[in-house]
Amino acid sequence: MDTVVWLISWALAIGIVGGVFRFAGQKIRWPSEQLNIYFRDMPLMVGIGFVFGVVLLYVVFHYYFIEKSTFFRWAVQGFVIFSAASWLFWTFGKHVGTRGSRKLFRKMPLTAAFGIMTIIVYAVLSIFAGVLAPYGQEEIFDKINVLPGGDLAAGGDPRFLLGTDQLGRDLLSRLIYGGQNTVGIAFMTTILAFLIGATFGFLAATLGGWFDQVVSRGVDAMMAIPQLIFALLLLTIATAWAGSNKGLITLYMIVIIAVLDSTRVFRLARAVGFNIVVMDYIEAAKLRGEKLSYLIFREILPNAYAPLLAEFGLRFCFVFLTIAALSFLGIGIQPPLADWGTMVRDLSQFINFAQFSPLTAALPLMAAGAIALLTVAVNFVVDWMLHQSSGLKD
Amino acid sequence: MKAVALIILNRLGLGLVTLFVVSVLIFAAVNMLPGDFAQAILGQGATEEAVAAIREDLGLNKNPVARYTDWLGGILKGDFGVSFAQANFSSFAGEDASKGGIGSVAAQLEPRFKNTLFLAAVAAIISVPISLILGIMAALYRNSIFDRFVNVSTLTSISSPEFFVAYVLILFLAVLNPVLPSLSNIFAEMSFTERLIKTLLPALTLTLVVTAHMMRMTRAAIINLLASPYIEMARLKGIKPARVIVFHALPNALAPIINVIALNLAYLVTGVVVVEVVFVYPGIGQLFVDSVKIRDIPVVQACCLIFAAAYILLNLTADIFSILSNPRLRHPK
Repeated sequence: MDTVVWLISWALAIGIVGGVFRFAGQKIRWPSEQLNIYFRDMPLMVGIGFVFGVVLLYVVFHYYFIEKSTFFRWAVQGFVIFSAASWLFWTFGKHVGTRGSRKLFRKMPLTAAFGIMTIIVYAVLSIFAGVLAPYGQEEIFDKINVLPGGDLAAGGDPRFLLGTDQLGRDLLSRLIYGGQNTVGIAFMTTILAFLIGATFGFLAATLGGWFDQVVSRGVDAMMAIPQLIFALLLLTIATAWAGSNKGLITLYMIVIIAVLDSTRVFRLARAVGFNIVVMDYIEAAKLRGEKLSYLIFREILPNAYAPLLAEFGLRFCFVFLTIAALSFLGIGIQPPLADWGTMVRDLSQFINFAQFSPLTAALPLMAAGAIALLTVAVNFVVDWMLHQSSGLKD
Repeated sequence: MKAVALIILNRLGLGLVTLFVVSVLIFAAVNMLPGDFAQAILGQGATEEAVAAIREDLGLNKNPVARYTDWLGGILKGDFGVSFAQANFSSFAGEDASKGGIGSVAAQLEPRFKNTLFLAAVAAIISVPISLILGIMAALYRNSIFDRFVNVSTLTSISSPEFFVAYVLILFLAVLNPVLPSLSNIFAEMSFTERLIKTLLPALTLTLVVTAHMMRMTRAAIINLLASPYIEMARLKGIKPARVIVFHALPNALAPIINVIALNLAYLVTGVVVVEVVFVYPGIGQLFVDSVKIRDIPVVQACCLIFAAAYILLNLTADIFSILSNPRLRHPK
């Protein structure tokens, strides 16, 4: 109850101060005419917004310099470092490269530059995981539960920067390999989903008739069950088929998620395809007697590229999050493959040590944050692409 | 008025058909199991006679259509079958599980279903007003610093996995500043406030994820309308921007907003799975995941059907409400 009273009184105080700020701004005769006009036309909410912003800044600074708020400090530092890095990347892209790429960078917002930079970093990390990781993902050492930090006196070991897990595997290596496995598997799944979804979607659009009806109704029925739930149900059955073969479970999971996700791709491909099929050039191609494969690959596909590409980004995020969630629940990617979802689950208990050893508590957050960072980055890029293609200005 | 009733009946019928198809789909999926239930219960070392006995007991030697109708008939009477895990337990306890005792799926589901509904309701009560207000404000002050900030932060929270949001909340609100409990162990005898406090952290997690989505859609729905001539007219008359949005744009944006709210409530129902596992909340989602792990098929089947039913029901409600809110849809040509 106290918190509620506290919150309401703060909101009231900010509101009153904001009102006073606006009123004072209107009364004072500013030296520049622009400021005078600005204050005259300022809505009340903008005045409150200014005060709120100041309070927010104060709170951030206050907590930043408090001794015990290690995590908050890390978060702020991370935010500043990432902003600075993406700003550098942005400026770099504006001045270096071909004419086209420079123009592209000039038009993109900072968030999109951040997204592209992060995606590149992830791609490099995943592709060269074998070179970058200090040890193998399945390599077991004799020192178990080494604390992160590399400080021998504090229970760490300079050989294992992030420590080892309960089996004695190096966590830094597993984090890097986890990227390779999680991102790679999600990428493969998305491509598979697109192959299935786009093929059926375009076929439904060109053939129409009973084929379209049958496939569309089937997709409707599949979409009526929430995706994660359906995936869990099918995975139960798949694990029964796979028995104790862990690799097979991962394979089944890829196929199941790809099929479930292809329903959305199908919807989009069919809708886009139907818009293209009615064009005159398709009619002309049909009259020329072109084959179905020619129609789909040479006429429809090139014209459906842009929406499908944006959808690819969104689908990738979705698949990535689904796989991470399944692994987190213990039914996704199977050990000994390292992956972020499973790591979060295995390390989650460490979060209770936050007050004594912040770095240990940060371990599960690192794996979870790695997932979040990539999806955020992809979403930023997709958001920018959609905004550009829709031509929305307002 | 007659047309509206007809449309609603039509939609309800469609919903029922969908539900039927979904139940067939679930039943078919479960029947793709290698071997059958009897084998699954007894494991691989079972003798032929034992398997045959259980098969007889569960009615597995009937043909699939008969089994399906039995299953569906049972569900309509509130009987979801017998949980494998509990069946083993209750046979030790000497109880007949099929009579609705401890072993029945329905008895297991009921309290958990209530808990999940409670969690979803708390999350919805917090998130719906916040997201509407934020969405309207973002539309009102579009392209301002406030709008950019809200845009970036909502996009971030949409794209983060639920467990990341959950653990960050646990870190700050339960471990570093012990304000709320990080484990939601809920019992039937708890008082309402106690229950609410225990539910608050999982509800906040869901709120963060769902609010972002609803807020973005509210903003988009309103901004979509702002280009229309009647809004420009209102603006030219000299009406204040806030009034234009709340009284002129909002009523017309109601249909898409209702749709989004319902979709997100539907998402809440499924999104609870991960969140319940993180907070060890005794809801239906956790039961579902546990049953998946031990391959307790009757429970998995029942949970799946309940989730799907909730999902369909909410989508149906969204459909009907958006028809009711839009006169153009109420009088189809």
